[in-house]
Amino acid sequence: MTTPLQVAAAPHLKGEMTTPRIMWGAVGSLVPVVAAATWFFGPSALLVVGSSTLGAVTTERLLGPPGALGDGSAMITGMLLGLTLPAGIPLWMAFLGSVFGIALGKVIFGGLGFNVFNPALLGRAFLQASFPVAITTWPGRPESWAALRGDNFAFPFASPQPDVITEATPLGLRKFEGADTPLWDLVTGSTGGSLGETAGIVILLCGAYLAARNYLNWRTPVSLLATTAVLSGALHLLDAARYPPPLFMLFSGGLLLGAVFMATDPVTSPVTNRGRWIFGAGIAALVVVIRVWGGLPEGVMYAILLMNALVPFINRATQPRVFGTRLAQAAT
Amino acid sequence: MSELFWILLSAMVINNFTLTLFLGLCPFMGVSSRVATGLRMGAANIFVLVLTSISAWVLNTYVLADAPYLRLISFIVVIASLVQIVEMTIKKVSPTLFRELGIYLPLITTNCAILGLAIFQTSRGYGFLQGFAFALGAGLGLTLALVLMASIREQTELADVPAIARGTALVLIIAGSLSLAFMGFAGLLSAG
Repeated sequence: MTTPLQVAAAPHLKGEMTTPRIMWGAVGSLVPVVAAATWFFGPSALLVVGSSTLGAVTTERLLGPPGALGDGSAMITGMLLGLTLPAGIPLWMAFLGSVFGIALGKVIFGGLGFNVFNPALLGRAFLQASFPVAITTWPGRPESWAALRGDNFAFPFASPQPDVITEATPLGLRKFEGADTPLWDLVTGSTGGSLGETAGIVILLCGAYLAARNYLNWRTPVSLLATTAVLSGALHLLDAARYPPPLFMLFSGGLLLGAVFMATDPVTSPVTNRGRWIFGAGIAALVVVIRVWGGLPEGVMYAILLMNALVPFINRATQPRVFGTRLAQAAT
Repeated sequence: MSELFWILLSAMVINNFTLTLFLGLCPFMGVSSRVATGLRMGAANIFVLVLTSISAWVLNTYVLADAPYLRLISFIVVIASLVQIVEMTIKKVSPTLFRELGIYLPLITTNCAILGLAIFQTSRGYGFLQGFAFALGAGLGLTLALVLMASIREQTELADVPAIARGTALVLIIAGSLSLAFMGFAGLLSAG
């Protein structure tokens, strides 16, 4: 018996890790976060996340290359964008943010793998610039869980109903009223805020799962969280009355969501491990600067976008030495 | 001293001329395809901005004290002649740089960033040192924007950009995204 000679180009051994596999893994790990958001914010959370996901998937299907939906990345963008929005936002705004993020943040650069900025955050920055009131109206908790948290079904471009009971976020309370939120409330998530930023524990668990499966590189979130803790800890030691304690910084706002799901985006973060440490530390430094001295209470979104812009530089600066080059230099 | 530092930082990052005030967009769009060229354009800009600041201060303090209505036209004349001098110097010293900058060096003359700097400086009543810090910060901010844009453009050259978006369209979209990101610095100075 002779087997016919098989001729094929390398690689001959293929791993199991493919882009769709990682992306769908991330989608799966976002499900608990969405569930937690629904637990805290009622059906409004599902509506908002669903609407932004629908916007992202539709745009990718219409404008993106054929078959681009299969890799699941548009789904992640939509879900992440929804999780950064307040529960009471009109659904058409969430939809529009996703359309903007996918169309002008991703498809126009050539689709997955080429985008410079995180599409979800770009969509949110667009919404923040366009609808500054709607995106910072944090609804309070109504009597019944099933009640909507705001005018979700507002007609596009009609002025939304203003009669919503609002609740400030912990960062907003701290910045504008000087009031503190108990740490336990921050950890368990019974505070005001965006859909995905209150469930700190759930996000950490999902991040740990993703890191254990090697779906995300642990260096970026570790560097980000550690630098935030060190910087805010140093400030807190200098003047405890003026600067918030490190645990407050870690568990408030979108820091955990950003650290686990957005800063780790493999497309818009550096490709070298040294670069990932720098990237995380840079985001943390910008977050602390914007939160402590800035005019806005929260700066995670802007910090990540700004560091996204620096990624080409970080990549260039952290290129590993080509094996043997130093020897060659010494010889000449 | 700390006031000068804040003026510099504010002009460079918080009220970045290009990304927040949308001044000096011609070099930002035109000379940002390579990081090396962008850096040199930025250096030329810093040079012209500092010269502008000094000459505007001299004009305001010693020449135009009694004739403020002549400010605009004198600024333009002085800046235009200054840029001509810079251009001649560069042509003599570095013909390569001169060729690479091409039309954009004369364009600095009519650059809104230059005139904007002179007008801002006058209306805010900056003294000599404050004006110097302001011009330096504005120039560094322009350079920062140019270099960021150039590094992103170098990366997108390898990307599979759809035909309708190639070239200026993509540059405008990147510029808008960068500008959205820079909104995060809004209000930094007032709170500090």
